Amino acid sequence: MLTEEEISHIAHLARLALTAEEKTRFGAQLSRILGYMDILKEVDVEKVQETSQVTGLANVMDEDIMHLSQTTPDELLAQSELPIDSHQIRVMRIIK
Amino acid sequence: MAELSALSIVEAAKGLSARDFSAEDLANACIAEIGRRDGEIGAYVYVDEEGALSAARAVDQRRAKGEELSMLAGIPLGVKDLFNTRGVRTTCCSEIIRDFVPPYDAEVVGRLRELGAVCVGKTNMDEFACGASTEHSCFGVTKNPYDLSRVAGGSSGGSAAAVAANMCFYALGTDTGGSIRQPASLCGVYGFKPTYGRVSRSGVTAMASSWDTVGPFTRSVEDMALVMETISGHSRFDQTTPEKAVPSYLSVLGKEVKGLKIGLPKEYFGEGIEEETATVVRAAAEKLEKAGAEVREVSLPSTKYAVAVYYITMPAELSANLARFDGVRFGSKTSAEAENMVDFYAQTRGEGFGDEIKRRIMIGTYVLSAGYYDAYYKRAQKVRTVIIQDFERVFAEVDVLIAPVSPFPAFKIGELVDDPLAMYMADALAIPASAAGLPAFACPAGRSSLGLPIGLQIIAPQFGEERCFHVGSALERMS
Repeated sequence: MLTEEEISHIAHLARLALTAEEKTRFGAQLSRILGYMDILKEVDVEKVQETSQVTGLANVMDEDIMHLSQTTPDELLAQSELPIDSHQIRVMRIIK
Repeated sequence: MAELSALSIVEAAKGLSARDFSAEDLANACIAEIGRRDGEIGAYVYVDEEGALSAARAVDQRRAKGEELSMLAGIPLGVKDLFNTRGVRTTCCSEIIRDFVPPYDAEVVGRLRELGAVCVGKTNMDEFACGASTEHSCFGVTKNPYDLSRVAGGSSGGSAAAVAANMCFYALGTDTGGSIRQPASLCGVYGFKPTYGRVSRSGVTAMASSWDTVGPFTRSVEDMALVMETISGHSRFDQTTPEKAVPSYLSVLGKEVKGLKIGLPKEYFGEGIEEETATVVRAAAEKLEKAGAEVREVSLPSTKYAVAVYYITMPAELSANLARFDGVRFGSKTSAEAENMVDFYAQTRGEGFGDEIKRRIMIGTYVLSAGYYDAYYKRAQKVRTVIIQDFERVFAEVDVLIAPVSPFPAFKIGELVDDPLAMYMADALAIPASAAGLPAFACPAGRSSLGLPIGLQIIAPQFGEERCFHVGSALERMS
């Protein structure tokens, strides 16, 4: 059973502001869902390797050139609601 | 008008070629059908009438000049709102990017547009593709055209319903753990989940990057083969697409099934599967047997672990992919004042994401966090390998597998939405093929006693789409 402290910790890691009601509700739902995952303990995985991806591809390379036919950096910057300054997005001060 | 929008792609293409009607006529037919039916179905979140007519007229002009055109030129399609469409609002059905207008097309959309495809609108989906019912959209529920009190399935419910109700000729969706196949089955249309890496995902918002696939919905096997041939292939913008040639899927249609070995995995017909569903799917396999195929029972013992594997690894990947939605580069920012950037992010995301998204992000964050990574994420990745090995073993004995897609036909709206775990189990039969990156072709197989569509899936080894089309085409001929 996930504690309130654990829920708050997860929410902070995930950068999610939750109300007290949400913490309680999600806490109960998450506990149930994670409890279901215990079924995987049945499987003997001692000699098994992890699968991260199923393509078998590795180190797929490409030329380091910009493809501007679809869109430009400035068009992409224009998507932001925050102020743009010298082709950069201005955000709140992080290091005080 | 209504008759025009009920045609297949191939029939419409022939009609365009013969000048029986124009691309503009086809676009108008779909727009009229949308006007007539979508008020009650809710398949579309945005209808681009102006854009569609403009694209249609452009195709008519190209044809008038004598240009040789693709069969898809002038054919209207619906696009799941997960795909970027240049200049047309793309929301992933989430509040957090509700007003986002992408400056570029998803690659498959761009490719289709170049050929003259007419994008008629964006279809409804579960937010960020997270769901099996299209009940988790910020725009409301998409209803099943066969019974408006029931779901269309998800997450690509809008695309499935739009095709089923003749509001477009085909549609694009994504399948990560069943999101094309399940709504296709529930709405009685064809849905193809390709081999992972067969179709470029560039410009499609990522959900779970090692599971996501892009695929079409159509009303016939021939239409599906045509669309799949067109959108498949290597892309420099999607590094998970290998440089493997795309065979001609159209050329395998109509072939005999004599001697083909078909496996029915017993775990897909047992406990938890509605009897009618199992009966309908077995009946389809029997038809193939009468036509000369060898049908035998096989076993995939790891099937019961698929939901747990998926609901650990997928949220983990999702949590990473959705980290970019923080109100900085795109999307809505928090409406309240924030004291610092961390609060800015937390508030933006707290306000913008729906409940199911928050749940999944939290599961993903938890299973990747220090102290839990080995027990959950690493273990799930290992069990994924076991699932893959089960399929490898079985495909040494048989050429394809046939199985139900969903344990049950369309459920009532609201029935599962308050029980997340019960909703997750809806994808129990779809997930394993996704775990192994295998192609799976969802085909209509029959109806329930209530008249609801029941679908089956034809699963083949990686890059074995031809086998899926071979069998799907045979089943279509026999129905």
